[in-house]
Amino acid sequence: MPIETPDLVLAPILPELILSGVAMLILLVDAARPSRGGRAMALLAAAGILAAAAVVIRQWQVPAADELTALGGMVAVDRFALFFRLVILACALLSVLLGAHYLERTGEGRGEYHALLLFAAAGMTLLAAAADLIVVFLALEVLSLSLYVLAGFSWRRLASQEASLKYFLLGAFSSAFFLYGIALAYGAAGTTSLAGIADALSGPGTSMALALAAGGLLLVGFSFKVAAVPFHMWTPDVYQGAPSPVTGFMAAGTKVAGFAALIRVTTVALGPVSWELLPAVVGVSALTMVVGSILAIAQDDVKRVLAYSSIAHAGFVLVGVAAANQEGVSGSMFYLVAYAAMILGAFAVVIAVSRTGEGRTSLRSYRGLARRNPVLGALLALFLLSLAGIPPTAGFIAKVLVFEAAVRAGLSGLVVVAVLASVVAAFFYIRLIVLAYMEDPEETERVPAEPAPGLALGVTAAVTLLLGILPGLLLDPLERAGVLRW
Amino acid sequence: MRTPIAFFLVVSALLFTIGTVGVLVRRNALVIFMSIELQLNAVNLTLIAFSRQLGEVNGQVLAFFSMVVAAAEVVVGLAIIVAIFRRRVSANVDDINLLRW
Amino acid sequence: MTDLIWLVPALPLAGAVALLLAGKPLRRIAGGLASLLVGASFVVSVLVLIDLLGVGAEERTVAVKIFDWISVGSFEAPVELRVDPLSMVMALTVTGVGFLIHVYSIDYMHGDPRYSRYFAYLNLFVAAMLTLVLANNLVLLYVGWEGVGLCSYLLIAFWFERRAAADAGKKAFIVTRIGDTAMLIGIFLAFSTTGSVRFDEVFGAAGGLASGTATAIALLLFAGAVGKSAQLPLHVWLPDAMEGPTPVSALIHAATMVTAGVYLVVRAHAIFEASEVALGVVAVVGIVTAVYAGLSAIGQDDLKRVLAYSTISQLGYMFLAAGVGAYAVAIFHLVAHAFFKALLFLSAGSVMHATDGVIDVTRLGGLRRRMPVTAASFAVGGLALAGIPLLVGFFSKDQILAAAYEAGRTGLWITGLVAAFITAIYITRAYLLTFEGEPRSELHPHESPALMSVPMAVLGVGAVLGGLLGASAQTGRVQRFLGPVVGEPEAHAAAGALSEVGLSVIASAVAVGGIALAWALYGSGRVDWQALRARFGGARRALSRGFYVDDAYGALLVTPGKAAASFSASVLDTRVVDGAVNGIGRAFVRLAGVGRRLQTGLVRTYALAFLLGAAALVLVLVVRT
Repeated sequence: MPIETPDLVLAPILPELILSGVAMLILLVDAARPSRGGRAMALLAAAGILAAAAVVIRQWQVPAADELTALGGMVAVDRFALFFRLVILACALLSVLLGAHYLERTGEGRGEYHALLLFAAAGMTLLAAAADLIVVFLALEVLSLSLYVLAGFSWRRLASQEASLKYFLLGAFSSAFFLYGIALAYGAAGTTSLAGIADALSGPGTSMALALAAGGLLLVGFSFKVAAVPFHMWTPDVYQGAPSPVTGFMAAGTKVAGFAALIRVTTVALGPVSWELLPAVVGVSALTMVVGSILAIAQDDVKRVLAYSSIAHAGFVLVGVAAANQEGVSGSMFYLVAYAAMILGAFAVVIAVSRTGEGRTSLRSYRGLARRNPVLGALLALFLLSLAGIPPTAGFIAKVLVFEAAVRAGLSGLVVVAVLASVVAAFFYIRLIVLAYMEDPEETERVPAEPAPGLALGVTAAVTLLLGILPGLLLDPLERAGVLRW
Repeated sequence: MRTPIAFFLVVSALLFTIGTVGVLVRRNALVIFMSIELQLNAVNLTLIAFSRQLGEVNGQVLAFFSMVVAAAEVVVGLAIIVAIFRRRVSANVDDINLLRW
Repeated sequence: MTDLIWLVPALPLAGAVALLLAGKPLRRIAGGLASLLVGASFVVSVLVLIDLLGVGAEERTVAVKIFDWISVGSFEAPVELRVDPLSMVMALTVTGVGFLIHVYSIDYMHGDPRYSRYFAYLNLFVAAMLTLVLANNLVLLYVGWEGVGLCSYLLIAFWFERRAAADAGKKAFIVTRIGDTAMLIGIFLAFSTTGSVRFDEVFGAAGGLASGTATAIALLLFAGAVGKSAQLPLHVWLPDAMEGPTPVSALIHAATMVTAGVYLVVRAHAIFEASEVALGVVAVVGIVTAVYAGLSAIGQDDLKRVLAYSTISQLGYMFLAAGVGAYAVAIFHLVAHAFFKALLFLSAGSVMHATDGVIDVTRLGGLRRRMPVTAASFAVGGLALAGIPLLVGFFSKDQILAAAYEAGRTGLWITGLVAAFITAIYITRAYLLTFEGEPRSELHPHESPALMSVPMAVLGVGAVLGGLLGASAQTGRVQRFLGPVVGEPEAHAAAGALSEVGLSVIASAVAVGGIALAWALYGSGRVDWQALRARFGGARRALSRGFYVDDAYGALLVTPGKAAASFSASVLDTRVVDGAVNGIGRAFVRLAGVGRRLQTGLVRTYALAFLLGAAALVLVLVVRT
């Protein structure tokens, strides 16, 4: 009996193929000529990312085909996926830049860093384009495994190893729950394709309890990845222990990819039951914003502060997800872009201040930063203001968009909680700005300006300001990308 | 007689619970990891049970994927645990709490 | 040319801005520049007037929109100027008298360290006042209203190093604020009931308003007028405002700002007429104030305070006119008063300039010999004020009294005559004690320089010849010109037994009688007025302190107010408000400290939290089905 071979059109996953291909190439080249990491590998990685980005841009310009999924309904080819791919690739490029700089300083440079980064990026982009729960799971695992290793990249530092172990154990734990959710969803709907699940759930004959249990577990799995409460406890430790460029990449890329998949799953697959899911999402969102904002107050390590800040921001994006309407989706998308820029920028500042490795990450080291390097101080203030959601930054516009969507969906109570949480959070952001500007520095030497972090800072600061002043620049393409058509 | 699916689901749920408890209670990193593997296999069981009930093969395919992923996880996980073990000569997760509060 | 009306407020505004920003370099020409700009405004106003006269009487209302300022939903308040007879009369008065006073100030303020700033404020004032009178909607009018209030404060307290001046400025601002607030509420009410703030629409709809609503709006607007025009009971700031430089008193507290209230009532007369009682209230307040202020003027020793109370009293007359419906007459008196009151103030300033600041009439005397021009100016102004025939004051005051009589308000007419009598007394007393008799102090006065005398002369001519413009309530040029805006002056048959001529004779007799009495007491030398003062000490003190109204306010309102403010600041604010805010902050910090401990660093704890969260989530979802 002839085996029927499926049509295999590889174009939809070309970016992932490029990234993985380049990653493997890096491993091979590095094995052949171990050059201690160095510029060459970084350049190779950057080239790979740019190639993938070029493919994405070209696919964006091609008008949407009739089929919105490819590869047998596994991968989506809509603009939603392309948009997020581009964002993730940008984050990856900045992380390559920052990573190369950082590793050169600490002397830990090895080619595997870039390879792992590219694998992780491939996982993230695939996650954003996944149209089937199997692919979601696979992409999630590829992403996670790469990050587990990356977190422990500074193997000489015990903290890094600890971060890696914690992330791994808890991540695997969470994957089990997530997989269970997939299994239950399969059982309830008879298929793992997101579109298929939506069809099954909107028709009769599906056990609602089973479907909701599945939805709950899927939500749990996603919540872990984007660090929502109470699945967040790994975040402060892992963010603190991992090398700073890795932390930046985790904070930005994982959230972006994770939320992309979350949005897709909740609006498409779980669309028919989104009303029932609402209390869970609202509850998690509220809890996340409040806990993230409050616990950050007591921290005295800047990386932990940023970790709790990340947690709080995940809560804000969830407000947009809870809104479950068109504005909520585009608002969340805007928020993710703005957030990626500001958190990467913030971590770039951390890298610059630490100068070598993980030194000087306590808040005391940020005293008088404005005097030691006015540009750095100003940039730090910019990112912190954006994180706090103060105009005219991208963070402010993002919050406005998300809140507006939620109010329109009738979730005024959640918005009130969100605003209150923002107020509380503003405290520790402003405190850091005050430290930088109004306290006397402990060390009076100037913080030198470096080209690599400088470039990263420039890009992220530009995005943060531009989106804050001219949000239309992003909102127009979003109009076209935010529609999840099936 | 076909075994009703409920049995399979209950058994796999039980296995999952045992695995979960194992993660919570045991202190040795390797044993914790084993418990996680137990959880994953419980899920595999669920998948196969559903696959049988629905007459579809997708569930079994997904179980294969799950096993592959689990294998990859083992590789990475063990590497991490070994690295830590080398540094601290202890696989007790309670000892690994530099990062806290 | 009408389209260029925006230049009229814009020119002095530009002057103000230039002098505020570049005061030091422009110092030497500040006075000239400011005067020039106001003069240019006057010229533009004249040209616009010519344009207006060239058009038929019915078409003399032009709205010139400058730009859209506020446009929110149905609420529109554009920056739109109105060119019509009433606004042009006001604009010409403001720019004309303003120009003369600017010129006068050049020498008067010469040598003052903040010379540029003075002219900046003065220009700013003129710009604000012009905005007020040229506005075509209530909101823009209010902007001008507040603007003149601000400039008044800045100029009263110009020599702020003097405690009395600083206090006077504060007092002016606070007291008028009370009126301003009521006025603002009135504007809100007008908007909410008529749906617009633009004059044509609001006043057009006034007829359809319920009487109660119209009364409310009218009285609220009138409250603003009471404050700004210093009527009872919000008059207490004007006498104190004399702490400011004399040209300021002349311009702001005699000729222009204080007349804004009269302008407002006349402009909004449609609303007042729609109410049954509003006009009556206006007339009564006006006449009572006129008598009260006149009596107080008799008891003042400070020459400028005499003039201040006189202004209050004359404003009362204007409100009386408006209250009996004779709006054109009220405006005519406003213009006339601007001339002769400014003249009187500038003369007083001349005296101060000459005597190095001594202005207490009991210490002056016999200045006529050394300052003939000033004396003549004061005399002319005083006679006009008293209402001696053929001077402009005669015509305007006479028409007011006639209007009251012909409207059947005989009580008001008689009281008006009493007030006229008192007016003649106090102004004659002031003249005699200052300029006649033997000098009572060792002073060496000299006549004023030309830049001060010439403006006085010009005003004097206006006081004498102004009658030509408005000799009759029916046929006077000014009154007819204003007709389309304020309603045609009706040719009353006299309601009572007296004809117009008869009324004029009675009014003139009263004025002459007053002058005679004052001359007998103070000028003839036959009565020892100083002994009289001592004998009637109590009465004299009451008059001089304005019947203790101001002191009553001080005890009843100011002292408790200060106590409350002090309590609020030191107790309420620091302990309660700050305490609450800081307390909340500390609570959160403590909460964070506690929550922190949850993050134990142990993987198993994290896993437990995870499990609990997952279980809760799933249970919540599943149990609800």
